[in-house]
Amino acid sequence: MATLIFILSAAALLQFFISYCRSLIAASIKQPLSAEVRDVAGIPNTASGEDFARVIQLLDLCPERPEERARIRAINVYFRLLNFVRSTLARIIPALVAWTEMERGQCTYFAAVTLDRRIAFSRDMLAQQIDV
Amino acid sequence: MPGSLGYAIWLLATLLEVAVVVCAVRRHCFGRYLCLNLYMVSSLLVSIARYEVLSHFGLRSSQYLYCYYYSDAVLTIFLYLTLITLYLHVFDEMKAGKYVRLAAVMLLAGTALFSYAVVQQSSQRMFTSFVYELSQNLYFVGLVLTYVLWGAILKLRETRTQLIQIVLSLGVYFSAFAATFALGNMFPNLQSVTYIAPLFGCLLPMAWAYAFWRLAPDARMAPARLAVVPR
Repeated sequence: MATLIFILSAAALLQFFISYCRSLIAASIKQPLSAEVRDVAGIPNTASGEDFARVIQLLDLCPERPEERARIRAINVYFRLLNFVRSTLARIIPALVAWTEMERGQCTYFAAVTLDRRIAFSRDMLAQQIDV
Repeated sequence: MPGSLGYAIWLLATLLEVAVVVCAVRRHCFGRYLCLNLYMVSSLLVSIARYEVLSHFGLRSSQYLYCYYYSDAVLTIFLYLTLITLYLHVFDEMKAGKYVRLAAVMLLAGTALFSYAVVQQSSQRMFTSFVYELSQNLYFVGLVLTYVLWGAILKLRETRTQLIQIVLSLGVYFSAFAATFALGNMFPNLQSVTYIAPLFGCLLPMAWAYAFWRLAPDARMAPARLAVVPR
């Protein structure tokens, strides 16, 4: 009985987690990226999953905003999950390749939007310090 | 006494509960999600009360045991009521509030009766066993109800981002707890479960605080985009 509950709960957890991550991404997908971040992150038109690691590295260089920490972690876990699906299940079900690639691109876009916000935040802080 | 890691998780959870209420008040969402915020306030009070009992009587005392399980049952009932108010939000336009309330009361009474029947059959017919059983069963009912609510959100095309994120984080919380309980039953000697459950307890206030702080109450999104199986 415990095994059955565990399997059902784990499946529900996975489904809720994916939907939650997609809701986080969906909330940021409408925001346009500044030309500056497009240049820095190397995203000329559409964001690709291959750029995710680089954007995360750039994010780590900017001062962190505490309220964003949990969201970035969640998307990081989601991205790894997508990589896992891509290297395992997607080999058996080819339709998953396009889906995982699209989702990975959206993860990158989310990270780029966060980078944009962090740059603006750092700029504001710097302006405030200069004023003082 | 619990270790320093246990205390750190406890403190973090308590601070996050405060953060939820503060964010809700600052963003004028306290009244809109009244039951949710009252649950957070009661959870905060319970945390303080448990700490008091723990520091006076110790971890292995019967006083702490009673305090822990009874307060847990009360909190689970509050969380159940919070979930029902989320149903009321989703079914608001359908004017189905009366039926939702009636179904909620009947389900709660049914779960209590089922828990009583389970305890009645065991050799130890203690009230504490009933409280523990009720708590566990309500968690499972909560998981099923959240799943149904998520289905209703997708079906009714609910678009309020804040509400969607609150429901999804509740789903993650309930399913993570149910999985942890099941894991604990499968492997009773697994020590890490002791810390996993409270850590999952931190995720819910963290996600709710974010939903109140970062999302505008009138922000909208297409829920069909969020379904794992495309619609």
